[in-house]
Amino acid sequence: MIGPRWLVPLAVAGALVVLLPLAGLVSRVGWSEFGTSVTAPASLEALALSLRTATIATLLVIVLGIPLGFALRAMRGPWRALVRAIVLVPLVLPPVVGGLALLYAFGRRGLLGDALGGSLAFTTAAVVLAQTFVALPFMVVSVESALAQRSGRHEAVAGTLGASRTRILFRVTLPALGPALATGAVLAFARALGEFGATLTFAGSLAGVTRTAPLEIYLARETDPAQAAALSLVLVALAVAVVAIAYRPGSRR
Amino acid sequence: MRAPRFAAVGAAALALAACAPTALPEGRPETLTVLAASSLAEVMTTIVSDFEADHPDVNVAVSFAGSSTLASQVLEGAPADVLATADEATMATVSDELEIEPQIFATNTLTIAVPAGNPGGITGVDSLSDAGVVLVTCAPQVPCGAATALVAEASGATLSPVSEESNVTDVLGKVASGEADAGIVYATDLARADGVEEVALEHADAVVNRYPIAALPHASGSPSQHAREFVAAVLSSEGRAVLAAAGFGAP
Repeated sequence: MIGPRWLVPLAVAGALVVLLPLAGLVSRVGWSEFGTSVTAPASLEALALSLRTATIATLLVIVLGIPLGFALRAMRGPWRALVRAIVLVPLVLPPVVGGLALLYAFGRRGLLGDALGGSLAFTTAAVVLAQTFVALPFMVVSVESALAQRSGRHEAVAGTLGASRTRILFRVTLPALGPALATGAVLAFARALGEFGATLTFAGSLAGVTRTAPLEIYLARETDPAQAAALSLVLVALAVAVVAIAYRPGSRR
Repeated sequence: MRAPRFAAVGAAALALAACAPTALPEGRPETLTVLAASSLAEVMTTIVSDFEADHPDVNVAVSFAGSSTLASQVLEGAPADVLATADEATMATVSDELEIEPQIFATNTLTIAVPAGNPGGITGVDSLSDAGVVLVTCAPQVPCGAATALVAEASGATLSPVSEESNVTDVLGKVASGEADAGIVYATDLARADGVEEVALEHADAVVNRYPIAALPHASGSPSQHAREFVAAVLSSEGRAVLAAAGFGAP
């Protein structure tokens, strides 16, 4: 499909909105010390924590997001629209608000403070929870829209052949959802990796425990801007790689 | 030569007139220009309105900015009568140049912030390292964290915070929400915060931020009478009371 010619300058402007800040970031990276900046102990510790927590958060997103997508698909009428809107809230919520909300639920004085026997705040678990909170919608949306495109005929056939519902789920439906699940998981991972505001508000910032790469960048920006820029570039590269995998040519998107 | 100078004076007068309050007192009020560090905004505004009440013939125009910005404005010849900075080093760049004698009018030190009611039972720096006490500080990479490390060293305490934040605001947020039992912040930041109480921090005087003020000389060579009076007002017991209410210490 080819649009009218006047779309071109607008498209260029749109591309510049994205490209100029990235170019600015690249311009601030001290290339001579890029290696030492990225391999500095603080950087490596933060990156390792980020990868670890984002991986766990992605697993949680898979385990919790798929059933939620099924449940959403099973709903009828106005309920589905309402529940979908609520489940998607973390996508549009300002991250600080998300952090406050988590604090009021899982903090010391939060709804579950007594049940938890204290607070999740300042723990690595809090980081994982914050990341899961913001990344979950990606999986739910992926699963729900993929389910919407299925007729259910294969599942019906499997049913008449005597397969249990669990067997149908694992042998028929989930394999058919494969590409959608992969996309949802990859985007959730990328979102978890970039999580900042909720982590800062809810989990705090301690090297090796809660200071993920985005928080390390936030701290380094004052004291060592070159390190902040170098670490930022690593995160950008990771994000580009992850999204390129999720939307690779040939995937049904 | 005369014409441009006259024009410049006229432009300056217009600019000053634009800043003046609408209700001018009788006579021709003199305008006093005060440059003050941003962290002094609240206290200076109060001191200025008190000063104007006592001096109906003076209008005070206050300009707030970072200390180094203000210092470079003065050095580049911006018309100003009084300069108050948040640190001595910045004031020194001006006083070396202009032969003025700054006076310390306030200090700011670290202190312990605890949630209202002090649920952690914090009594001082030693109790911060008790088992089960959740402590939050600034990260050592930022100035408030560097100061915290020096005070801890002076008191011989070993602090193990559960979180090292990038700024005082984030420390106060953790304390005010009750997530932390204690946080180490500046006294002036604590005075502005809701839901927190203060517990004295021993050896806080190991790191003291001093705030100097100086009347600036005019082209004639010496500061104006009103500039000197304003500095005196800041140093007076009334001025000190305003500063103390905002968490500033006495020099």
